[in-house]
Amino acid sequence: MSDVVEKTLTALPGLLLSLDSQPGAAKLCATSRLGSLVRSITELTSKNVGEEMAEPPAGPRSPKQMKEIMVRAIYCEMLGYEASFSYIHAIKLAQQGSVLEKRVGYLAVSLFLHESHDLLLLLVNTVLKDLQSTNLIEVCMALTVVSQIFPKDMIPAVLPLVEDKLTHSKEIIRRKAVLALYKFYLIAPNQVQHIHDKFRKALCDKDPGVMTASLHIYLKLIKVCLASNYKDLTDSFVTILKQVVGGKLPVDFNYHSVPAPWLQMQLLRILALLGKEDQRTSEMMYEVLDESLRRAEINHNITYAILYECLKTIYTIHPKSELLEKAAKCIGKFVLSPKINLKYLGLKALTYVVQQDPNLALQHQMTIIECLDHSDPIIKRETLELLYRITNGQNVSVIVEKMLDFLRLSKDEYTTIDLVGKVAELAEKYPFPCSVWFIQTMNAIFSIGGDVMQPDIPNNFLRLLAEGFDSDEEDRQLRLLAVDSYLSLLECDTSGLPQRFLQVISWVLGEFSFLKEGLEPADVVERLGKLLDDDAITTETRCWVLAAMSKLCGSSDALCKAEKVAHKYTSCLDTALRQQAVELELLGRDVDLRTRVLPQHGARNQLEVDSSLSFLDGFVSDALARGAAPYKPPHQRQEELSQEKILNFEPYGLSLPVSLSACSLTDRQSPTALSLSSSLSGNSADPPLKAGSNLLKLEGVKRVWGKQGYLPEKQATEEALAQEPSSIFAPSHQQACSESQQTTFSTIVEQDQEKRQLASSLFVGLGSQNAPCLVRTVAQNLSDSTSEAVPAVGNTEVVEASEVSSLSGGSGPLAQPSSQVERGLESDLPSRLPATLVGLLRSDVEELCSGESLSLSACKVFDADALVLAIFLSNISDSSIQEVSCLISSEQLKVPEMCSTFSVLSFYLNEFVLFSLFVCFSLCLNHLYSEGVAQCQGWEEHLNLGEASLYHSVSPPASCSCRPLPLTTEEYGKMWLSFSHDVKQNLMLLKHEEEDQLEAALTALKEKLCLHIVDVIGAEGIMACQLVSGRPCLLHCHTHGGMLAIWLRSPIADLPDCLLYHCQKAIQER
Amino acid sequence: MIKFLLMVNKQGQIRLSKYYEHIDLAKRASLEVDVIKGCLSRKKEECSFVEYKDYKLVYRQYASLFVMVGVSENENELAVYELVHNFVEVLDKYFSRVIMFNLEKVHVILDEMILNGHIVETNKSRILAPLLVLDKMAES
Repeated sequence: MSDVVEKTLTALPGLLLSLDSQPGAAKLCATSRLGSLVRSITELTSKNVGEEMAEPPAGPRSPKQMKEIMVRAIYCEMLGYEASFSYIHAIKLAQQGSVLEKRVGYLAVSLFLHESHDLLLLLVNTVLKDLQSTNLIEVCMALTVVSQIFPKDMIPAVLPLVEDKLTHSKEIIRRKAVLALYKFYLIAPNQVQHIHDKFRKALCDKDPGVMTASLHIYLKLIKVCLASNYKDLTDSFVTILKQVVGGKLPVDFNYHSVPAPWLQMQLLRILALLGKEDQRTSEMMYEVLDESLRRAEINHNITYAILYECLKTIYTIHPKSELLEKAAKCIGKFVLSPKINLKYLGLKALTYVVQQDPNLALQHQMTIIECLDHSDPIIKRETLELLYRITNGQNVSVIVEKMLDFLRLSKDEYTTIDLVGKVAELAEKYPFPCSVWFIQTMNAIFSIGGDVMQPDIPNNFLRLLAEGFDSDEEDRQLRLLAVDSYLSLLECDTSGLPQRFLQVISWVLGEFSFLKEGLEPADVVERLGKLLDDDAITTETRCWVLAAMSKLCGSSDALCKAEKVAHKYTSCLDTALRQQAVELELLGRDVDLRTRVLPQHGARNQLEVDSSLSFLDGFVSDALARGAAPYKPPHQRQEELSQEKILNFEPYGLSLPVSLSACSLTDRQSPTALSLSSSLSGNSADPPLKAGSNLLKLEGVKRVWGKQGYLPEKQATEEALAQEPSSIFAPSHQQACSESQQTTFSTIVEQDQEKRQLASSLFVGLGSQNAPCLVRTVAQNLSDSTSEAVPAVGNTEVVEASEVSSLSGGSGPLAQPSSQVERGLESDLPSRLPATLVGLLRSDVEELCSGESLSLSACKVFDADALVLAIFLSNISDSSIQEVSCLISSEQLKVPEMCSTFSVLSFYLNEFVLFSLFVCFSLCLNHLYSEGVAQCQGWEEHLNLGEASLYHSVSPPASCSCRPLPLTTEEYGKMWLSFSHDVKQNLMLLKHEEEDQLEAALTALKEKLCLHIVDVIGAEGIMACQLVSGRPCLLHCHTHGGMLAIWLRSPIADLPDCLLYHCQKAIQER
Repeated sequence: MIKFLLMVNKQGQIRLSKYYEHIDLAKRASLEVDVIKGCLSRKKEECSFVEYKDYKLVYRQYASLFVMVGVSENENELAVYELVHNFVEVLDKYFSRVIMFNLEKVHVILDEMILNGHIVETNKSRILAPLLVLDKMAES
């Protein structure tokens, strides 16, 4: 290798990294040609890099030099300077060079050229030659380049050779051949039709790499062709996935000890496609999906990525309730995660699954609301996407308000277009909760969306106004409202309004201003005329304004004004504008013609339009005879344009998320039907729906939906959000709480209240009445307390109180006469614990507080991985209780997710019913330790009972979170050495008279703190325990002379200190 | 589907770019400016995914180097996020200590991992196998 090139090569890496204008870089650069090239390029502003580039070695160049130059050319193109002169050299290099140079040649070709580049044809021969080479590495390169870029027409030339390679002895060749065939399939599916059975062979290849490669083909095939052709392969895919998940692949396929994660995801995607709407096929995969869910427990991003794919598959295929339940739990893991990336993906998953099961949104409503206020716009954006999917007639106004809020802050044009489209779609889909709301929302859309939004939006809006709905009266009102709002808009400064909006305004005023009594057309003309004075207004808008004026020329006064304005434009250079002005003058003079051409609205319906344009037939046939191209409808033209799919750079070119025409007038619900349904669910006079039919109660939600549909009270949407805490939480808790607690609590309540309001307005209308609920909500009906299910807790690190919110009213037959319900009955309460909690260690049931008719008791249950707080709420009065609201919050626990853990319950009781309720919390106390014990004091329950309220706070002692850690002495020894944080202290043993002080002390600790005694060696004892979260702590005790020396070690800093405190207490209390 | 992959330093200078769909050179420049601006302006605690036009950007930072990947809307962002890490691990394995830049070699590695916007190989030893053979041949 020549000296210079060698130097250059060695300097290259340094250069590329050190371009960051460090002083050292200059020195380095000076030593090499590439360095100076790079420097000169960075200084260059023009594009004449070519000369600079070509300057090195004159005369014939060796392939080695060529290779070096080619890398520079690649570098130049990367920086944006075209190096087209070097393209031909790249092909030459691929042809002539030895292996390394050849590779660079191929690389340059794949980077420089695109599929339809003419020069690509010159490559075919080289590829053919290399495919036949005996040198494996050359065959490899040829296959790589073929699977990257290859001219479509030349496929037949290489196809037999590539097919041959499918049976090659080396796996890498077989693999690359499969990928090359995949490329052929992508660019010319017909050409590889005959070798589909060879794909099957590849799928069954003994090498996992080849099999993986064939999956790309299958994913594509199943997506494009009918999935039914490949159903017979389901079994194979399932088996493969089972093997992968089961760790049957060689270890080097692992990524962070997860076996071939990307392969798993690919398989899951394929299974989703196969199992979609096919019960029989779906049944084949339930087992492996379950297995995948179970395996994905390691806490690493990649397992979450698999989990996400798994969730999507589970929710795509034919549902199985058991799996759905597990999947729903997994979604909790995502959205509640403190890691923002997981949260994002969780929202995305939720967006996907709520379409199948809106109840899931209910379960996570508080998290969703927090995400709505998240500082990261992409999280907000994703949340809005989610809300968009769960919009219904009842929550549309709140969701639209949220979207508009976001839009007002958003700067990104693309987002604006997309979101404005969605808002408009929602507004038009549910336009008749209230006309005022509809008009205001559309106004907001027009002013925010401005001139970037889809032209469909104003068009559809105008059509909606013009064509109206079923009821004439409602139509009239809507139009009148529009006129009113636009007139008032015109009174203000109009310079900020987008052109499209002005066009809408002028059209509506021209068409419907006659509806407003007492409004002179001349007045409207004058106001419209003012618009024209603005220089910023476009010619197109001027046309709209003039067109509107010509409709208003009914009275002579108006005509006079309009003509004066229009006269200016009769000599205008713009033909459209000029035509409009001339038309106005003409129509003004000829009243008969005017009434015929522009009838007042009432007559419009009779207007007959020949929509087939048959009167133009003669014109068209003439044109065709003269050789004109036949007419193609816009969608066909569009299709042809988009045949060549490339990255879309024109923001205007995007397709609207859901085409607006999809919600055209024909399939829109009639306003009467809508208002009927809203009165059903929302009218306060109606009796509450029985039997848990709506999971989310409407109590505390402002009644904005009356019998007449929306009850227009100013800006009801805003009110609903900013409403004062409603009266049920009025400061009337006289019992059991100190003054200071009261104040802090009430502020918490207020904040919660706001969120709760928002939650109930956002998630209203979701739930079982909407769709059959496939997932049994984890917390169940209260009525049947014996079959109570505990929210499964797993390793989740937060209180899963959101689940509690779905507790619904029931009319359980617990028909014990209330006279029996004495305080003493608490002994009966434990038997009402859910079955899953019965066998577990628990504390005694304590009565926390009681009011006139309600009593609140609680006990702690020590589950293996959680502390469950079972709360019993009993009716101690003689009469029935109609309604109980219960607010549970744990706000003071300063754990990030904790703030989302209050929940609202309300339920109805039959007469003479003892009522008991379990609220099961799980919480992981490792947070408590790291935050210090002081913050454990945050349990609060707030019971509200009509006017009176019960209020109590429970603080679980930190020791509740200890669990024995079974270890052997050897394990203990190993762990002991690896832990870094330790604390030593001598404790006074009070009872000197005991014979075996050590044993007594150990037993006491064991009982009080749930420790595990590992071993006792002479005067020394070792013990181990772990927190609920699984974090260990080791103890070493030995006695000497009435003292107990305790030595604690743990990997967590505060844990030994904290535990020592409890040991001390335990010993003293002994 | 993966649309493009960029490697950019903290100053916003491109160190490597690979497109899986053809884009004109001029448009690439404006795309890169937008993408780089979008990713570099993000805060540490913010999400590693950014919305850009009709697709998503996934980015990951390694010291002063950013890897940014443009993917289509339906792609699993987290899977791509980890793919980037796998890629960097492979680079790390091959270039031993620092992520040194031999432009063509990085491209060869990338070609083994991603083809036509799809992830085709993630097994580290298999990714590096062809390159190691090339190196051996160049030595002899």
